[in-house]
Amino acid sequence: MRPFAYATPPDAREAVLAVAERPDATFLAGGTNLVDHLRLGVAAPGLLVDVTALTSAEIDDLSDGGLRIGAAVRNSDLAADRRVRARYPVLAEALLAGASGQLRNMATTGGNPLQRTRCVYFQDVTTPCNKRAPGSGCAALGGATRNHAVLGASEHCIATHPSDMAVALAALDARVQVLGPDGEREIPFTELHTLPGDTPERDTVLEHGELITAIDVPDLPIATRSRYRKVRDRASYAFALVSVAACLDVAGGEIRDARIALGGVAHKPWRAHRAEEALRGAPATDESYRAAAAAELADARPQEGFDGGNAFKIPLLTGTLVSTLRALAGEETRA
Amino acid sequence: MTTTLEPRAIGRDLARRDGGAKVRGTAVYADETPVADPLFCRIVQATVARGRVTEVDTADASALDGVVAVLTTADAERLASTDDAELAVLQGTGIGFRGQIVAAVLAGTDEVAREAADLVRVTYAEEEHDARLSADRDDLYTPESVNPTYPPDTAEGDMAAAMAEAPVTLDRTYTTPMHHNNPMEPHATTALWEPREGDGGHLTLWDSTQGVHPVRQTVTQIFGLEPEQVRVICPFVGGGFGSKGTPHANVVMAALAARAVPGRPVRLALTRQQMFSLAGYRTPTIQRMQLAAERDGRLRGIAIDVVEQTSRIKEFAEQTGVPTRNMYAAPNRRTTHRLAALDVPVPSWMRAPGECPGMFGPEVAMDELATALGLDPVELRIRNEPEVAPETGKPFSSRNLVACLREGAERFGWAGRDHRPGVRLEDGWWVGTGVAASVYPTMRMPKSTATVTYDGGRYVARIGAADLGTGAWTVLPQIAADALGAPVEDVDVLIGDTDHPEASVAGGSSGTTTWGSALVEAVREFRDKYGDAPQDGDAASGSVKPNPAEEEYVMSAFGAQFAEVRVHTDTGEVRVPRLYGVFAAGRIVNPRLARSQFLGAMTMGLGMALHEQSLLDPRTGHVVNHDLAEYHVPANADVDDLQAHWIDEDDPYVNAMGSKGVGEIGIVGTAAAVANAAWHATGVRLRDLPVTLDRVLPGR
Amino acid sequence: METELTLRVDGATHHLRVDTRTSLLDALRQRLGATSPKKGCDHGQCGACTVLVGGRRILGCLALAVAHDGAEVTTSAGLAPGPDEAHPVHRAFVDHDAFQCGYCTPGQVCSAVGVLDELERGWPSAATADVVAGPDLGDARALDREIAERMSGNLCRCGAYKGIRAAVAEVAGVEDGARR
Repeated sequence: MRPFAYATPPDAREAVLAVAERPDATFLAGGTNLVDHLRLGVAAPGLLVDVTALTSAEIDDLSDGGLRIGAAVRNSDLAADRRVRARYPVLAEALLAGASGQLRNMATTGGNPLQRTRCVYFQDVTTPCNKRAPGSGCAALGGATRNHAVLGASEHCIATHPSDMAVALAALDARVQVLGPDGEREIPFTELHTLPGDTPERDTVLEHGELITAIDVPDLPIATRSRYRKVRDRASYAFALVSVAACLDVAGGEIRDARIALGGVAHKPWRAHRAEEALRGAPATDESYRAAAAAELADARPQEGFDGGNAFKIPLLTGTLVSTLRALAGEETRA
Repeated sequence: MTTTLEPRAIGRDLARRDGGAKVRGTAVYADETPVADPLFCRIVQATVARGRVTEVDTADASALDGVVAVLTTADAERLASTDDAELAVLQGTGIGFRGQIVAAVLAGTDEVAREAADLVRVTYAEEEHDARLSADRDDLYTPESVNPTYPPDTAEGDMAAAMAEAPVTLDRTYTTPMHHNNPMEPHATTALWEPREGDGGHLTLWDSTQGVHPVRQTVTQIFGLEPEQVRVICPFVGGGFGSKGTPHANVVMAALAARAVPGRPVRLALTRQQMFSLAGYRTPTIQRMQLAAERDGRLRGIAIDVVEQTSRIKEFAEQTGVPTRNMYAAPNRRTTHRLAALDVPVPSWMRAPGECPGMFGPEVAMDELATALGLDPVELRIRNEPEVAPETGKPFSSRNLVACLREGAERFGWAGRDHRPGVRLEDGWWVGTGVAASVYPTMRMPKSTATVTYDGGRYVARIGAADLGTGAWTVLPQIAADALGAPVEDVDVLIGDTDHPEASVAGGSSGTTTWGSALVEAVREFRDKYGDAPQDGDAASGSVKPNPAEEEYVMSAFGAQFAEVRVHTDTGEVRVPRLYGVFAAGRIVNPRLARSQFLGAMTMGLGMALHEQSLLDPRTGHVVNHDLAEYHVPANADVDDLQAHWIDEDDPYVNAMGSKGVGEIGIVGTAAAVANAAWHATGVRLRDLPVTLDRVLPGR
Repeated sequence: METELTLRVDGATHHLRVDTRTSLLDALRQRLGATSPKKGCDHGQCGACTVLVGGRRILGCLALAVAHDGAEVTTSAGLAPGPDEAHPVHRAFVDHDAFQCGYCTPGQVCSAVGVLDELERGWPSAATADVVAGPDLGDARALDREIAERMSGNLCRCGAYKGIRAAVAEVAGVEDGARR
């Protein structure tokens, strides 16, 4: 672990400038991912700028009926918030499905979406990884790929994004408030994360020095009927193999609208627009849910691996989506 | 036949004597030993699986402020013995496996030591490695013996003929993956080398170990020291499960480091990741099972042919086929073991070596046979209950497998089970039940000595035993008290230090038998000398003796495990809402602590069933899921209705306590019971572990 | 790079100078000799280092000491009201034999104290059937699954989970948390 300086600037703007002017500087918030990476050698910054006290730790009502979640709000407080639980159960459930009680007490709203992949090769500095060391190659290709992507991967990187919260935010049309050296900007949450393409070292569209100050979730009546379903190997305290965040509006047996995002399948939380499109106007039946899954997964490409690979994720995603939507629709019988 | 002690303290439900210290966190573990101004040792590991080190550039590391020493093959002390290649740390440039120690750094703070270790640059001449286990390799070999000293192959009758002639046969292959022990306390040593005028110096190791005396024996050999020059201390062990049963390279490294900085204590704790290449593991196994049966289920033949791995630099041969030798009656029998010597880390003991993996294939095969015959799998096992040990023809000192099966079936509600698979659906989950048998030999180690001293109205016994959570701190006083005929409150037993009399390793579920027998002998000597009214300072010692009954009887604990498995119809998620074990393990010395042993081992068995799998990347030769986020041991939520019971068993032959050992049997058979239940739930036969959701996923 | 900071640990104030890289866990264990919290993985994957900071359970291994200047840290050793007294969670752990080797135990104890507080506040968990309504504490079976889920960030390789749940349930005020 390389030595680093530690700074606590007086405000967020100073923090942004401090990071922006040093290429080897980085923000520190809850630390649950960064400290892990410092110790693994995955990250080796020369300066940590602690922003924990510099952004809001409050959840405020927005005039449009939504909520503004300060970047410093801890995951546990966000999941416990009564407004979040009532208006966006999918978000509370996603948070509670993630990590452990201790980690949720540390992890922040701004930091959680920026956590990096759990790809075992990314985390192991003795193996090649284009994300960690651009141009070194991808050890995951043909390696242990059980946890890797089936959508949107590239020949350079097949990593998945590990956050549960981010999957819910992608489904909820959230917006990210960002402060940079040149001022503030807003990014739709679904556009925050990138696909690996030729630049797998990039996880998001944020430029160096840009700081998430808050995340807004809009007024979204459909979200009151929402759910997060996480499928993992262990019953708790494990990253998702796949997950589904879904909001469903059903009336008279017909689906009026849906918001769906998938986790554990791609380099980013995967907003399932094709599935949503397939569902709108369709009857609320297993058949429709399967068709929606098929539409979304039409381009899915499984990875081979010495561990058996991840082709199972395609039927698993289908089953998980069907199960989640069926539960949301409140159907008693299966089609 | 030994005289069994009259149980007064034995059998009592006493709380752990070290409980208060453990819940507060004031019990001191190896890395926490208070020492003045310690140095921190961090190791550098090979990043190739085979080849040799051509250059180690330590310049940047040495230049770092706070670094006291960088140890490499070029400057490390020459060891007196390098016979054990695993322990020949920094003695040569050859690389036997990826992760081997190639250098180490000593610094005044842990942070600097870690940074310096990262700065050591090692250059290799890499050679092509081979880390792929398969049953069709052409270089498999037969070891001279399997752990610890069993013959590798046995045969009786004509198994091939039995397979050709029996009306019902089964010929299937089962696999278990590589497993890592993963005790919660990483392997750690605090070491101090003190040069002394005249006597050549003294080494103190505060080591996390399952046996202080075995560590001392190894260290004296390797460093060419006399026993009185080495003291090993270990009052508490944060779990071991076999991985701390023999010293691994980290212990030698800590001693090497301490000897490089005389007078200065050194701390060396492996990281969790490092434990996956340096602290031993359970080999993956490939088990070909053959069963030849009559239509009524009686076996005409049983055979297991095992293929497993060892490392190229040191052999460890897991005795996977051994439990089949005495489990079920059959006139025709065969067991074989073949090894592949690969460029992989050195395998070693993990909880119930042999029995644990070796009861997976057979117990799933028995379930498959029951299905083929249309028989209840409980009944099939009962029909194959042997009257005497099948391998030797000797009687069992006691064998209550059938009683365990019956009691378990009763408690579990097995009666009336519909044996058809894949027909029970509840709330979106396929539901099934399964059973498997457990077995573990009753072992007694040849050497252990205890002393008993009377002092101020109290009896104090001393023995260099280890408590790795098993409860020795609590159970040994119960035994000593009954041997003395004294209230247990008046008896102390001190353990975990080579300054106490020599004790055997805490392994093979042999601790209570071996150390307890030594205590009983010491008390006998004491009473012979001093009678019932000793004076302050009176002391006597006694040692464990061979048990003549072992010549006449086969001694084993048995058990039966019953599992209920639920498999989600949409996602394949596998849950075990009920897991019951019933055991016959002789007399239970302390029910509270024994229950914890059974439940804990069953929990580890549950992990083996559902999660555990070290993924050794054959391209690199290292385990890539080398941490606790990716190597899934069970979490609290994985455990639901878990129950352990036992039947009262009076075995006069095993030892004076009448106990058989309870540390390992609970993990034996668990995974088979779960896999059999998963088949019963889904109709998918699981022959490979772990039973992950992709293996039972609908539409996979 | 070094920095000075103040920590309150189990009621005692310590001023110390640490490397910026030092974790809160290492500051406690290696600098202050406060070895009640344990190091099981050093990467936030086992929970053995759980301590209470400002009354909340966190992982000492993923916290940088430098970022916790002035923090009020409570370890399991500091939970006991006195040297010869035990915290109710301590007592319940011993009574239910909720541990074997003891290495994960101080972290389990601190986590349990955190869980009891979170239940008191009505925080939901992944085991809560209805996150809007919050946990159902009246039902022993539901409480058992709540505790199991909430304690899942503390791994125990000895497999004492059943005893841990029973101990926490007992302190939570339910007689037999482990059902049946």
